[in-house]
Amino acid sequence: MNTLINGLCLGGIYALIALGYTMVYGIAKMLNFAHGDIIMVGAYAVFTTLSIMDHPIPAVIVAVIICTVLGIVTERVAYRPLRGASPLAVLITAIGVSYLLQSVSQLIYGAGTRPVTIGNWGSLEVMGISISISSLLTLGLCIVIMVGLTLFINKTKAGTAMLAVSEDRAAASLMGINVNGIITLTFAIGSALAACASVFYLMQIPAVSPTLGAMPGIKAFTAAVIGGIGSIPGAMVGGILLGIIEKVCSSIPVLAPYTTAIEFGLLVLILMVRPTGLMGKTRREKV
Amino acid sequence: MSEYMLETRSLGISFGGLKAAQDINLKIKKNQLYGLIGPNGAGKTTVFNLLTGVYRPTTGTFLLDGEELVGKTPAEINKKGIARTFQNIRLFSNMSVIDNVLVGMGNSSKCNIMQSIFRLPKHFSTEKQMRSAARELLRVFGLDEERRTVASNLPYGSQRRLEMARALATNPKLLLLDEPAAGMNPQETAELTATIRRIRDEFDMTVLLIEHDMSLVSGLCDELTVLNFGTTLAHGATEEVLRHPDVIKAYLGE
Repeated sequence: MNTLINGLCLGGIYALIALGYTMVYGIAKMLNFAHGDIIMVGAYAVFTTLSIMDHPIPAVIVAVIICTVLGIVTERVAYRPLRGASPLAVLITAIGVSYLLQSVSQLIYGAGTRPVTIGNWGSLEVMGISISISSLLTLGLCIVIMVGLTLFINKTKAGTAMLAVSEDRAAASLMGINVNGIITLTFAIGSALAACASVFYLMQIPAVSPTLGAMPGIKAFTAAVIGGIGSIPGAMVGGILLGIIEKVCSSIPVLAPYTTAIEFGLLVLILMVRPTGLMGKTRREKV
Repeated sequence: MSEYMLETRSLGISFGGLKAAQDINLKIKKNQLYGLIGPNGAGKTTVFNLLTGVYRPTTGTFLLDGEELVGKTPAEINKKGIARTFQNIRLFSNMSVIDNVLVGMGNSSKCNIMQSIFRLPKHFSTEKQMRSAARELLRVFGLDEERRTVASNLPYGSQRRLEMARALATNPKLLLLDEPAAGMNPQETAELTATIRRIRDEFDMTVLLIEHDMSLVSGLCDELTVLNFGTTLAHGATEEVLRHPDVIKAYLGE
């Protein structure tokens, strides 16, 4: 039971990050490999704010603001000039941005790992099982954020415009939609989600280092592909699935050392059966 | 208010050495149904792409209702009042019929993103107005019943009508129709003729259309321009143009 809750909790974090990957892919048609490092920047923002004010709320706010601005700036400076360039050039640029962010934070904070503690709320006793409050908080907030995002995409004008741009960018611009504005908005939302994820991640693993973003980044990317990249519900399902599998495997002593291998093995298996992921659209070429 | 709704002055574009369109001079009056015809590859769709900002002209300029629009982005031109449909249908095919129309309406609504995000009361009132306006528009095209259907599941003729409804939803002054009758049978074409006339009358619209179907063109347009190899072959009243020996030659050969 506890394993399952921890799994859901980790899954929620993966899902938040995966949403950033999948939204950017769906709308800007690019893989933003610097997305994982946005989480790292968010974590350092939390770390720095906590060292000034020892309270989690301002830390969260600062992290969200910094990540959102960072997301918008990288899109503006690094990706927008390459709009229309080959996908490979954009991919390499994203990897470049990733290394840049890692190196800059290494310059500022040094390469070492530093401890961060975001509140210590202890745990709750429910039906004889003790569940940590931070896990419950993570789970609850992840659900709230995901429901909010789904409503935003499906019910608002800006959300519909995002869907329209992801379907046909040229037709959308001819319908009066400011495509650059929508892409900026996508990066802003994706990065804000990454900032939230970084806070929850620090609640699970209370330490920051310049390469912190790499592992959750690659796992969340895997989750997005398992769910079907470009699909928003897919990213949620993929993230939660991966989180549960990770926690369940690592709780079984025999499987524990192979946890990561099992996760990526699952990716291979799912792609063999469903090349577009669990919820990806199968596009049939018309002859 | 200018004398012409659309005026192009020696509009042209070349791709490298290929002159895809050159020296195009169209003068379209308000409320006119104007036809742009010509054999395949004559540069008709190129003209549409110039007028909607997809391509930037290498020579000349064009004015909508007296305002010069060269150099603006497609989205800006659309806001100024030019909307189009496509030769090969380009609906947002995974979205519902009404959402397609709502996307078109988005840019003319007065509600900004902040109001939408925080779901302020103004958001709901504009949202409601947009929905009822969208349904009104769908009713004109006989699509209100199917408003929740996913666009790609509509039959072909309805998809073409939905494209027109979506273009009109952006509240244009000038509507560009790229081969609206392509792939339609004679009965559907006749219905289409009536629909286009109705759009002109009910929405006080000026329409420029590209078409191959001569029965549609002669039944609908009062003035024509004929393109061939990117240049203007003839223009004038429909009857005269269709009798013009050069036009007959271009279509049927010697």
